[in-house]
Amino acid sequence: MSRSATRAAPGTGPPGPVVAGPLARRRGLALDPIYKALLQAAAATVFLVVALIVFEVARGSWLSIKTIGWSFLVQSQWDPVADHYGALPYVYGTLVSSLLALVLAVPLGIGSAVFLAELASHRVGSIVSFVMELLAAIPSIVYGIWGFFVLAPWLRSTLEPWLIANWGAIPLFRGTPFGIGMLNAGIVLAIMILPTIVSISREVLLATPRTLREASLALGATRAEAIGVTLDAAKPGILGAVILALGRALGETMAVTMVIGNSNRISASLLSPAATMSSVIANEFAEATGDLYLSALIQIALVLFAVTIVVNALARALVYLTTGGRRDVGAAA
Amino acid sequence: MHRYVRFLVTAVLLVGAAGGCSKGGGGGAGTTLTAAGATFPYPLYSKWFDAYKQKSGVQINYQSIGSGGGIQQLKAGTVDFGASDAPLSDDKLREMPHPVLHFPTVGGAVVLAYNLPGLKQPLQLTIDALVAIYSGKVTKWNDARIAAGNVGVALPDLAILPVHRSDGSGTTNIFTTYLSAISQTWRDSVGANTSVSWPNGIGGKGNDGVAGQVRQTPGSIGYVELAYARQNNLPVAHLQNAAGAYVEPTLASTTAAIQASAAALAQDVRTPIVNAKAPDAYPIAGLTFLLVDADQQDAGKAKAIAQFIQWAITDGQAMAEPLFYAKLPPEVVRVDQAALSKITSGGKPVLASR
Repeated sequence: MSRSATRAAPGTGPPGPVVAGPLARRRGLALDPIYKALLQAAAATVFLVVALIVFEVARGSWLSIKTIGWSFLVQSQWDPVADHYGALPYVYGTLVSSLLALVLAVPLGIGSAVFLAELASHRVGSIVSFVMELLAAIPSIVYGIWGFFVLAPWLRSTLEPWLIANWGAIPLFRGTPFGIGMLNAGIVLAIMILPTIVSISREVLLATPRTLREASLALGATRAEAIGVTLDAAKPGILGAVILALGRALGETMAVTMVIGNSNRISASLLSPAATMSSVIANEFAEATGDLYLSALIQIALVLFAVTIVVNALARALVYLTTGGRRDVGAAA
Repeated sequence: MHRYVRFLVTAVLLVGAAGGCSKGGGGGAGTTLTAAGATFPYPLYSKWFDAYKQKSGVQINYQSIGSGGGIQQLKAGTVDFGASDAPLSDDKLREMPHPVLHFPTVGGAVVLAYNLPGLKQPLQLTIDALVAIYSGKVTKWNDARIAAGNVGVALPDLAILPVHRSDGSGTTNIFTTYLSAISQTWRDSVGANTSVSWPNGIGGKGNDGVAGQVRQTPGSIGYVELAYARQNNLPVAHLQNAAGAYVEPTLASTTAAIQASAAALAQDVRTPIVNAKAPDAYPIAGLTFLLVDADQQDAGKAKAIAQFIQWAITDGQAMAEPLFYAKLPPEVVRVDQAALSKITSGGKPVLASR
């Protein structure tokens, strides 16, 4: 039985193994086009939705793009009274809070993933994985409340005074301890993105060939050196995990809005309040009157959308690179 | 698939038709009005709409999506009337497709809640001190400019953290309108709006965000609605008004502020009522408005809207104070009533002249 005989029409689908008998095959052939059309429609919907979002957001921000132009991205004055809009403080706030989250979460996350993939017993591994999934399932508003009521008082009374006293020479740690600000947002975001980093890095580590480990051990490497070899092989995949986590941090709205302090001034200090792109949209959209004001807010959404697309594309490319296009690992990411 | 689509289309049409039916009826019982806008008066409005439905049978569906959204929807013609905490500026009035009338319904005040451990008596702020705090010109509570209003009171050597609303809000509009009224520098450098570019301090989302921040942080001060502060028993500052007196924010001192501005409101109902001259007036007060197209397509709806407003500014006022809104003084009710006679349909006033 040749494969090509089972296909409805040449070039319409990937060849697959054939198990059905002649009768079933005929009935299947009749239903095949409908089935396929339905699935195609489902897949097309996704594209349609994305295209519609892009179109609507671009249309909404057209007035702002036309009026303000590229200076929108480099101007730092966001002043609804003067009808003057520059998104730089929000772009800055989004990037810095997300980077801070990565700085805190990446070492923790990769360390935890290595432990889970290489060292942990099955029992411990499943317990830690369960806790990680729990972290991922907590709604972001809960993180926000925790950051506001638990983390902020501790930062204000303990960590921030210590940072100011000991590291105050660095502009990063200058200012007054308020508990609310960039540092708080970074810590909350770090906790929120930790599960993403851990679970994907663990998958990637497990997907590296066993032979790598066995070969390095056979060559006399220590356990740590063997893990180093595995990590090296998994590096692009882990990078992909990190970039996906970054994607989540960039877009997080509610929790960040509650703890970042919502100030549209750019400050070098992590203790100062700041604002992000998503937080300013959440804050100001409902009460924005005036066409240019609304349009400028929608343009921020457009910028955020562009940043998200770039980040996701980067993640895809990296995961593809590390796995040589193997679908199982790619799908895990 | 086609059948499925046809079913969906039919269902949508049926629902639409049913909605259309209930909207007929010409102003009396069974009329349904839709409205959207301000969140600040929503607790009162929902009570009003409920009571008014019991009384007249007119149903009003209100979405409290924010003043900005209410104005947008009125502009797009998707609601029968809008509601906003801030009146439309001349520019924004020109952007509207039809002439729009403003009807103040109730008043509110913006109060300053603070967190100063150990301070027994209410904090008193001079006009200058308040501006200085929010511009970042005073940074410590024991500064001479704050002590000036609190003679004989020991104020702590504590950093001041001014807290403002991070979300666009009518409360911010009233507060910044006041700061602009008392300080030329503020007016030139920051101005007044639902959102402004704050020179200082941190932002909390909503009244609860600001109040939460103030409760948590010793040395902080933040502005919230009077109703919110009263319901949560926050310590609030007494402010020096234009007559030089220190006034506690209450419903009575808010109504006094509206009353003191009645003459100006009769000229233009959009005039800010902050910084009122009367000695018993609390200085940071504002009105919330219903926004109605002056000339209406549907005479029945127009009549229903006008009758509702007539009821709300008279009988409805009794419901305001239990919910911590300041009621309108009689002078301003008369201003509203004069405007009601300007609601027309096809050029004819919808309410019989009184």
